[in-house]
Amino acid sequence: MDINSDRKDVLLIAMLAVFALIVIKLFFIQIINSEYRESAQNNALKFETRYPARGLIRDREGRIIVGNKITYDIHVTPYNVPEFDTLEFCRIFDIDTSYINERFRYYKANRRKIGYQSMTILKQISGEQYNVFVEKGFMFPGFEGVPRTSRTYNYNAGGNLLGYISEVDQDYIRKHPEYRSGDYAGRTGMEEAYEHILRGKKGYTIYLRDAHNQIKEHYRDGEKDVAAVAGEDVITTIDAPLQAYGEKLMRNKVGSLVAIEPSTGEILTMVSSPGIDVEKLAEINKYYNEIVSNPYRPMYNRAVMSPQPPGSCFKVVNALIGLQEGVVTPANRYGCNRGFIVGKLKVGCHAHPSPLDFYQAIQMSCNAYFCHVFRNIIDNPKYDSVRDAFNKWKEYTESFGFGTKLGTDIPSEQAGTMPTAERYDRLHGKNKWKSLSIISLSIGQGEIGCTPLHLANFAATVANRGYFYTPHIQKDTPEHPIDDRFKERRYTMVDTSYFKEVVKGMRMAVNGGAGSTARVADIPGIAVCGKTGTAQNPHGDEHSVFICFAPMDDPKIAVAAYVENAGFGATWAAPIASLLVEMYLKGEISEGRKDLENRIVSTSLMHKVRVRKR
Amino acid sequence: MTPKTTLNKKLDWILIGCYIFLVIFGWMNIYSSSLGDASVGFDWRAKYGMQLIWIASAVLIALVIVYVIPARFYSVFAWWMYAFMLLSLLAVIVIGHEVNGSKSWIVMGPLRIQPAEFSKIFTALALAALMEKFSFRFTNKLDALAAFSVIGVPMLLILAEREAGLALVYLGFLLAFYREGMTPWLILSGLLAILLFILTLVTSPFATILIFIGMIVLYVSFYSRNFIVNSAIGLLAIAIVSFLPRLGRIEAISGVFNIFTPEVWLTILTVPAAIFFIVRSFYRKRSDRMRNALIAYLIGVGLVFSVDFVFDHVLQDHQRLRIESLLGIKDDPMGAGYNVHQSKIAIGSGGIIGKGFLHGTQTRFDFVPEQSTDFIFCTVGEEWGFVGSLLVIICYVILLMRMYNSAERQKSRFARIYGYCAASCIFMHVMINLGMTIGLMPVIGIPLPFISYGGSSLWAFTILLFIFIRLDFEGRQ
Repeated sequence: MDINSDRKDVLLIAMLAVFALIVIKLFFIQIINSEYRESAQNNALKFETRYPARGLIRDREGRIIVGNKITYDIHVTPYNVPEFDTLEFCRIFDIDTSYINERFRYYKANRRKIGYQSMTILKQISGEQYNVFVEKGFMFPGFEGVPRTSRTYNYNAGGNLLGYISEVDQDYIRKHPEYRSGDYAGRTGMEEAYEHILRGKKGYTIYLRDAHNQIKEHYRDGEKDVAAVAGEDVITTIDAPLQAYGEKLMRNKVGSLVAIEPSTGEILTMVSSPGIDVEKLAEINKYYNEIVSNPYRPMYNRAVMSPQPPGSCFKVVNALIGLQEGVVTPANRYGCNRGFIVGKLKVGCHAHPSPLDFYQAIQMSCNAYFCHVFRNIIDNPKYDSVRDAFNKWKEYTESFGFGTKLGTDIPSEQAGTMPTAERYDRLHGKNKWKSLSIISLSIGQGEIGCTPLHLANFAATVANRGYFYTPHIQKDTPEHPIDDRFKERRYTMVDTSYFKEVVKGMRMAVNGGAGSTARVADIPGIAVCGKTGTAQNPHGDEHSVFICFAPMDDPKIAVAAYVENAGFGATWAAPIASLLVEMYLKGEISEGRKDLENRIVSTSLMHKVRVRKR
Repeated sequence: MTPKTTLNKKLDWILIGCYIFLVIFGWMNIYSSSLGDASVGFDWRAKYGMQLIWIASAVLIALVIVYVIPARFYSVFAWWMYAFMLLSLLAVIVIGHEVNGSKSWIVMGPLRIQPAEFSKIFTALALAALMEKFSFRFTNKLDALAAFSVIGVPMLLILAEREAGLALVYLGFLLAFYREGMTPWLILSGLLAILLFILTLVTSPFATILIFIGMIVLYVSFYSRNFIVNSAIGLLAIAIVSFLPRLGRIEAISGVFNIFTPEVWLTILTVPAAIFFIVRSFYRKRSDRMRNALIAYLIGVGLVFSVDFVFDHVLQDHQRLRIESLLGIKDDPMGAGYNVHQSKIAIGSGGIIGKGFLHGTQTRFDFVPEQSTDFIFCTVGEEWGFVGSLLVIICYVILLMRMYNSAERQKSRFARIYGYCAASCIFMHVMINLGMTIGLMPVIGIPLPFISYGGSSLWAFTILLFIFIRLDFEGRQ
């Protein structure tokens, strides 16, 4: 005998206690509890899912952009289906008999697995077709319709911004275990970003069924049913008519158009062209392959995903940095002899009077002037090396948001690119580069890539004279307050007092008489400030770029337009942006500018963009 | 008498009787739940047909174990078999097949084998071989370490195969350890930790800490000179502290108070004091019990604060949902709670005497997933009612009590330890499986011994039981 032999009794008592607990629980389930007793009369409960209506997406004024319409899914319980008139069935739903035959072959092959369950056989049937089906319902026992909501669109606008919903697949369910097959979920754009608000909560109705699996009655008169909770609406900052107008302007052009309200950071319009037609969005499954194989990539939201060189718009950034660093003053004048020439290096410029002062340099977009400014920044004796000065310059640009993710609530925002000292080390050898090696940065060329959103945000920063709010697309409401980070002013490293100088230059660019680069953007009665850009690129003609804001003294809207391979900034981007500004501020286009509007709307620039065949 | 008749007389026929009853009753339930379309005729490829083949082969295995292999074989080759088992567990991780998310199957033609099911036999044999030595003591750190390693290594490998249920069964060996002299505090504190975890989830961290303090007060004052006075003072103090969260409603101080949650305030107030007394008791070199209780308190508070982290980051999604639905935090009969909900309906609908053989509706119409394997007890409950369920449970109780009692009587330490290990394994399986089907435990997919469908599981439990029967028989000679 062992000293521990009494421990056997402890173990036996513990074991008996566990089994006693199990027997007590069994006693409760099988004998005491009446809920299960009801099932004891050979009945079973059938849970039928009730799907909630998905929340709507509204614009800043409460206008519905994305609404709902009722459609029906047709469910079938193969076990209960006798021989039926397949031809009539197909006629009602306008489908091919081979599809029905194929489905029923599948059901037959898997009848063991399916048993008494019902399967979805048709999806998103319209109300009209469903009504015909209900009238002839007696012909089709075993089939039933389940109401679902699908999307309708009141404006033909914002296709790739809104995103689409589709039925969840196995992969999605694995990542989101709260979904079941048959559920719909937002897969891109706002539908995806606000899925948690829009989706609502599923409910269910419980029916009793007998041993032959026929539904007998409503279980306990619906006492235990759970009603579906409709999804809540999402209010966006988008201005729906303006968005539609922006898409009209950008139609048949490749690029994007972004408008921000400077005083809040709210995005008024975000066009990526070519976009997805909303008609196709509603029936995404049908058009998915067509959309994906489109060489212009309509799924791709260029406004936040496509970094491109900003061109001359970036001169304004360098001008501000120069002022802050004290290496240029508004009175400084530099000469320009058709370009900036040092030895073999030449940065060309167009014909304009010379020398120019600071304001005129912005007004006429003089390349040479900003080459001088940039050299002054990089060769500033205040810094020990070119590298230090460059890093400081980079720090400045990052304070404007360039080369960083701004932190918007739009899915898949890209940071863009700003060059690093290391990159130049690799290109030219360690510390072997100087201001002249990177001079193209002065005019927004070279290794800079910023998204149209960056540019619009920069326009808003200048409009605010020195700070911006992180751009966002969800409107702040008491029910769904936005994150505090969207309510914080973000100051740049440039003192707010310097911004009035570039504003003056940008005003002159639009309305400064002879030599102004952006006269086309002038709107009678509204003080527009703007800056053109013409970005060289290896893919073809220059990209046409324009940033602007208006009115000058109380900015209500800041816009960036980017039209790929279109040519001069003043020819395409400037008119598009200024028409958008005019539409927003006046609600209509003045008589004198109708011709301009016609020219923009009726021109296609698609052929100028080279695309890779896919 | 011929040797054969001696052998037959000395076999433990009670254990064999329980085995035969459970296997036959199990097959009847598998037949009922997998019958499907009765008009087809007897189908050998259906589960009930396959199970007949498994049963026949299991009987052959049992005969070989009882009549052919001598007991010496197991004690001599225990370590070799253990090593082979570890290798096959490893092999499965590398070349195994994935079934339902667990990579734990080896497929050879029509045969699918799950080594994890068999591993507990060899672990039990290795444990018996290890602890058989007369010098073995749990108080010796090296001995204890060896014993824990023997169960720890296969457990980790099985976890790596994502068979958390089968790994959990290994905790049953702790019962055998307890019998062999391990301190009961290890098991008790494990249970206490589970209790704190559940309390934190269903009540609040603040209430849990208070309840824990209450337990410690009762424990410490139980050993003090005046139990009634000390415990009364302690509980009164706790009652006063329980009004702490209300301070947040007094406007004058709510600003300061709401900086922290009540449980953080409670921690700030008590933990430094506890640390002070622990440090002091080290200097005074006395009152061990008080010090241990305070250290336990610190660990307990840490545990309470880590519950959210464990729940959100350590557990996998499906495990979290199962625990939430078990504790009633989220009632979701169409989602994570579906299996258990359907299982309870099936069992509950059986009533006192059940619907009768082949007359179950819930289980035959596939409302319950994993019908013939992990949830086979649903069919028992539905078709045979409370009476049938009770019969099965009584049969398990007889089997287990008989095993424990007979293990205790063994003259050979090897046979005794093996008997405890085998019985504890079966006990863990029965407890977890029944607990899961009736909603006392979260869903952990492991089979019900001798009853559930499946070759691996039936073979494994047959071998586990009949090795003990053979050891027991040789011990009586």
